[in-house]
Amino acid sequence: MAIATLGLLAVIAIQILYKTEVDTIGFETWRPVVYAYVLWGVALGVGQVLTRGEDGQRALFLLPALLFTIAMVIFPTLFGFYIALTDWNLSSFSGRKFNGLDNFWQMLADPYYRNALLNMVLYVLAVLVEYVIAFGLALLLNAQIKARKFFRVVFLMPLMLSPVAVSWMIGKSLMEYRFGPAAALARQLGWENPAFFSNPITARISIMVLDAWTFIPFMMIMLLAGLQAMSREVLEAARVDGANAWQTFWQVTFPLMLPVSVTAIILRIIFKLKLADIIITVTSGGPGGATDSVSSFIYREYRDRSNVGYGTMLAMAYLIIIIVFVTWLLKAANRFVRNVN
Amino acid sequence: MSVQTTDYAASEIRSPASFVANRVFIYGALVFWAFICLFPIYWTITTSFKTAVDVTQGHLIPFVDFQPDWKGWRSLGLSPDSIFRTSTVRDEFIKRFMNSVITSVGASSLAIVIGSLAAYGLTRYRYKFGWFKNQDISFFFLSQLILPPVVLALPFLVLYREVGMLDTRIGLILLYTLMVLPIVIWIMRDQFNSIPVELEEAALVDGLSIWGAFFRIVMPIALPGMVAAFILAMVLCWNEYFFAALLTSTDAKTIPVMVASQTGSQGINWWSMAALATAAITPLAVIGIALERYLIMGMTAGAVK
Repeated sequence: MAIATLGLLAVIAIQILYKTEVDTIGFETWRPVVYAYVLWGVALGVGQVLTRGEDGQRALFLLPALLFTIAMVIFPTLFGFYIALTDWNLSSFSGRKFNGLDNFWQMLADPYYRNALLNMVLYVLAVLVEYVIAFGLALLLNAQIKARKFFRVVFLMPLMLSPVAVSWMIGKSLMEYRFGPAAALARQLGWENPAFFSNPITARISIMVLDAWTFIPFMMIMLLAGLQAMSREVLEAARVDGANAWQTFWQVTFPLMLPVSVTAIILRIIFKLKLADIIITVTSGGPGGATDSVSSFIYREYRDRSNVGYGTMLAMAYLIIIIVFVTWLLKAANRFVRNVN
Repeated sequence: MSVQTTDYAASEIRSPASFVANRVFIYGALVFWAFICLFPIYWTITTSFKTAVDVTQGHLIPFVDFQPDWKGWRSLGLSPDSIFRTSTVRDEFIKRFMNSVITSVGASSLAIVIGSLAAYGLTRYRYKFGWFKNQDISFFFLSQLILPPVVLALPFLVLYREVGMLDTRIGLILLYTLMVLPIVIWIMRDQFNSIPVELEEAALVDGLSIWGAFFRIVMPIALPGMVAAFILAMVLCWNEYFFAALLTSTDAKTIPVMVASQTGSQGINWWSMAALATAAITPLAVIGIALERYLIMGMTAGAVK
């Protein structure tokens, strides 16, 4: 006990010393603080085992992950809230200035941010279309077919590929206006002017298609697992009762698949809310910010304007919106599944 | 929608004609989607062997439409005739490639180690930190999944600058670990839950310590789950772009950032871009084909109860 607390206190003391010294003498970097934190973590672990014996050994399972996550999430997020309240442009020399809620008022008046939020709503709604396609594919793979493994591997392939490479492969070359095959096909089908990314509406749809292409396999695999876990007897029973395929699907398969479906959709929405890389690399938000997701907008706010303070304010606002939205979503989904069953 | 027919109609054959129509529809749909999945890849690979004329005229099939040429690969220094000569582009590529390998393997390993331990603890023991009980701790870990990268990116940019970890691989590894940790914990919790507790109780009776039981008894059984989690984490880390684009510049830049930066600069050299894209996606395509079983296992963990 004594050793552990002594070590702990010593490290904390060192930490405080470092911080004060940064002000007076000035370290080159704050890296010693990181080392101190790691050391403190180790001391804490050892202390647990020494003082609490078996219980300490148990705590040791959880401690690394806990300390890691707290250090990597809680502290930066709090720090982020502080930055959000400052006027801080990395490219200007004036450094950071506290400016209270100015960023917040600026955000409320920012039409581009509102537009990005609206786009996120559209992008999230696109998940439903992805879900229908993914469900169809899962049913196909679950049917009695030959070469099932081959098709499963092929269908899974898009998920493996890096979105950045995908956005070049499809967005920038297949859909290229002059000689991309997709544009050629669109001309064949009678679309005179297949400019996928120059009109706000088609550009949004193109982004959705690109993103769907990479992520449909993800939902498909989950739904397929659900289909395979379904008991054959229920389907048999439905057939014996004289239900046709259409009725069997809507009365038996679909209700039974509801929990898996909800899980798949929620996970997919969570991933969708992070959508950024495809937009950054294909359209960089254009035309005129029409395709921006929140993440890509903030990315450019930083990259092009070095506006750390304002960008962070936008990010923090987004975080709060997401937390509220996802919490509501989980609750609603829970209630929905319970009501149906 | 005729989706439903695909599922059951095969088992309720009414007439030969409808059976045939049904088969045709199923395989037609399968082949159609396979085409959608594979064509972009095919297009990219063939484009890397095209010359400017072939690209602008939209030639599609090698040897029939156009004569393959090593042009794209030569510009990367990876074609047969340039492979033994020095090439700055190739050195750059290999450096980025190694960065990607190191960061994704490093982050996945770290996440597997601390994630498995935490998942094991959470499934087997009761914890209490203040008001936080097991459920709350699990929720705390899993809730990290909804944290969008953009929220952490700017604070980390500033913090890493202060700490001197900007543009280092270790900095990226730490962030990627954070990013995949919830997924690893999710998968491993599912794994450990499926292992009967009696096994460890027997081991404890035989005189093993808690940690001994974990390493000697539980770990070997949970290994497939760990492999699944590891591969899934690898894929996510390898493809990550957002953090890498913001937090690295010269030293620690990864493959996706390199690919993205090429598309931006001057008019695009289609063939060399295609070669670069091909090289960037090949490792994961191979993993996807070879280890598909584990990937599916990882993705479906806990989805079906």
